[in-house]
Amino acid sequence: MTPARADIVFTIAKILILVNLVPAVIGFVIVYAERRIMGFMQGRLGPNRVGPQGILQGLADLLKLVTKEDLTPTRAEKVSHFLGPVLSVIPALTALALIPFGAAIRVPGGYEVPLWVADINVGLLFLLGVTSIGVYGIILGGWASNNKFSLLGGLRSAAQLVSYEVPMGLAIVAVLMMSRSMSLVEIVRMQDRLHLWFIFPGLVSFFIYFVAGVAETNRNPFDLPEAESELVSGFNTEYSGIKFAFYFLGEYTAMIVVSSVAVTLFFGGWLAPFPHLLPFLGAVPGVVWFLGKVAVFLFGYIWFRSTFPRYRFDQLMNLGWKWLIPMALVNMMIVAGCLLADVSAGRGLRALGWVLTGIFVILLLLSKLRRRLTLAEAR
Amino acid sequence: MTERVFPGDLHNPPPRTVAAPKTLFDVTEMELNFGPQHPSTHGVLRIVLKVDGEKIIEAIPDVGYLHRGTEKLFESETYPMAIPHTDRLDYVAAATNNHAYCLTVEKLLAVEVPRRAQLIRVILDELQRLSSHLVWLGTSGIDLGAVTPFWYCFREREQILDFFEEYCGARLTLNCMRIGGLPFDLTPSWAEKVSEFIDDFPSRVDDYETLLTDNRIWKKRTVGVGVISAEECVEWGLTGPIIRGSGLEWDLRRAQPYECYEELDFIVPTGKNGDTYDRYLVRVAEMRQSAKIVRQCLDRLEPGEIRGKVPRVIKPVAEEIYASVESPKGELGFYLVSNGTNKPYRLHVRPPSFINLQALPRLARGHLVSDLVALIGTIDIVLGEVDR
Repeated sequence: MTPARADIVFTIAKILILVNLVPAVIGFVIVYAERRIMGFMQGRLGPNRVGPQGILQGLADLLKLVTKEDLTPTRAEKVSHFLGPVLSVIPALTALALIPFGAAIRVPGGYEVPLWVADINVGLLFLLGVTSIGVYGIILGGWASNNKFSLLGGLRSAAQLVSYEVPMGLAIVAVLMMSRSMSLVEIVRMQDRLHLWFIFPGLVSFFIYFVAGVAETNRNPFDLPEAESELVSGFNTEYSGIKFAFYFLGEYTAMIVVSSVAVTLFFGGWLAPFPHLLPFLGAVPGVVWFLGKVAVFLFGYIWFRSTFPRYRFDQLMNLGWKWLIPMALVNMMIVAGCLLADVSAGRGLRALGWVLTGIFVILLLLSKLRRRLTLAEAR
Repeated sequence: MTERVFPGDLHNPPPRTVAAPKTLFDVTEMELNFGPQHPSTHGVLRIVLKVDGEKIIEAIPDVGYLHRGTEKLFESETYPMAIPHTDRLDYVAAATNNHAYCLTVEKLLAVEVPRRAQLIRVILDELQRLSSHLVWLGTSGIDLGAVTPFWYCFREREQILDFFEEYCGARLTLNCMRIGGLPFDLTPSWAEKVSEFIDDFPSRVDDYETLLTDNRIWKKRTVGVGVISAEECVEWGLTGPIIRGSGLEWDLRRAQPYECYEELDFIVPTGKNGDTYDRYLVRVAEMRQSAKIVRQCLDRLEPGEIRGKVPRVIKPVAEEIYASVESPKGELGFYLVSNGTNKPYRLHVRPPSFINLQALPRLARGHLVSDLVALIGTIDIVLGEVDR
């Protein structure tokens, strides 16, 4: 094979594996894990019938959804009704193409294959752009269903997703300044070079990014567009069968994307932790580290879902516009200041990291104390 | 005093005075049918909402989807035969329904209930209050998106239902009281199991409170939502945790003690602000008090009669009488008109759920659709009792 032809073959293989297979497999795992882990958190078993310990539950669900009748309400806007689920799933899958799952690996034949499909120099910008197309999927679906509850769900998602794009983008700007690149691969390499994961200097950014990310993916406590107890599933009320499965896949892929980006930007992507203290950890392949870190985030999603009540619409908007955006702006200034102090070796960033970690620990302890006091008072 | 709103007559709506909108963009109001098939209306309640975006302009409850003519049924049954019908009113709190009915007939017949029967009745009532409040806490948590407390609450509720099953064979429609006393005596092992459960119960309440009481989002969703003052509660005839949440210490167990409540040591928890959060706190505190009451009754149990002296055929003289108990939802009363035969001439129920539900339009006005769900939860309705 000529190198050019090999390149094409590998790219197609990577698209098939990383963009199609990986989300499908992770999707199955996370759907099962979600129901099972929530089950254990709530003192019940969760699915345990299909296959050993119920691990094939996802397959059974998929089979059910695919074979179900695909209903379209008679008064629905047919084209938009069809486009909704499509628009929600394709951008999420496209975004996965940018995620660096691991460093380059060697394959037989002497080729080095990097574990990402595309390394675009404006990667982050592209990512933000593509994921925001996914909003249309939900808005269209809610509007086209010709159902008042779906319409309310669509309206909620329009407002929610558009407003949370802003703090998310602003939070990412701080990371951009630290890494001086928009390429996701370059951001990971910068963290390697500085021996500093951006979570430390970017603690505030990370917090804002993750809150906005949970809101972007319509998950608890920000699952207002579907809110089964208020809007009876909201935008997807009138969907069944494969179209519903597409919304489902879109939501879970979006969760994987948000988690992967969080890992890439803040937690060193495929890098092993503590390269100086525990060098043997580097023996584990990078892709394992990456997936492990993503799994932690996905667990966080599940944990949120079983712990938090749902925000109300106006409170959600308040949180986004009055808290997260100003916080992100101030954070940007502080990071910029620290970068000015010491550009090359990242000493300013390190100092910022220590300060933020200190503040974080103090706040954590204070909130624990306050909680204990209020609960004791309530009893 | 604020302006009162009465639900309109849905079946004969007044002619629309508003001119039809010219274009799509002239529409500012939308009519939304909330229910009767909706997960958060706790049954078959239909609420006709007029909304501007998400803001509620008007919320009119439309009841009657579960109407079974129970009050009419009472007229064709003899006095003891009516007890199972009362189970089907508030079907998550059947014991208090039985109790209220039996109390009314006993008042009519002037029958004395033996002390052991009184204590056991109070135990059953309070266990029922626990199970009813647990259903309320779990479901209103789910309404606001907190799914986990539901499973914890139902874990304990199952235990309580097991106790009922062991006592009288039924889990929900208990039929567990008789005119003048009780159908069965307690077994010592039952009392032991209940006592073990009751001693452990406060720690379970701690579990629920850990998840909710100091949860920032829970507070955001409940503090200041559906505020109603104590005076308004009185005007609307609201009772139970709603009036106590508004700060009025009104509990029939204290205000008009029946059975042996007088000698028992418990406090009537009250709130301050009359909002959804305070009603939540009141109900949680009531659960702790109920556990305390059961404990005291178990300690006072002594062997004795469980049935008073009731004639074999109950044929009271013509009279009109009203008696009520504090059900988990408020004042549950029966107004009985007898005419000298063995069947009631008329038996009217004063259902707390129905009367509390009236306040929904008043509470919901100006709130958002999400708050409506919280409000239905905080009123704590059971459609079996609302529609009868």
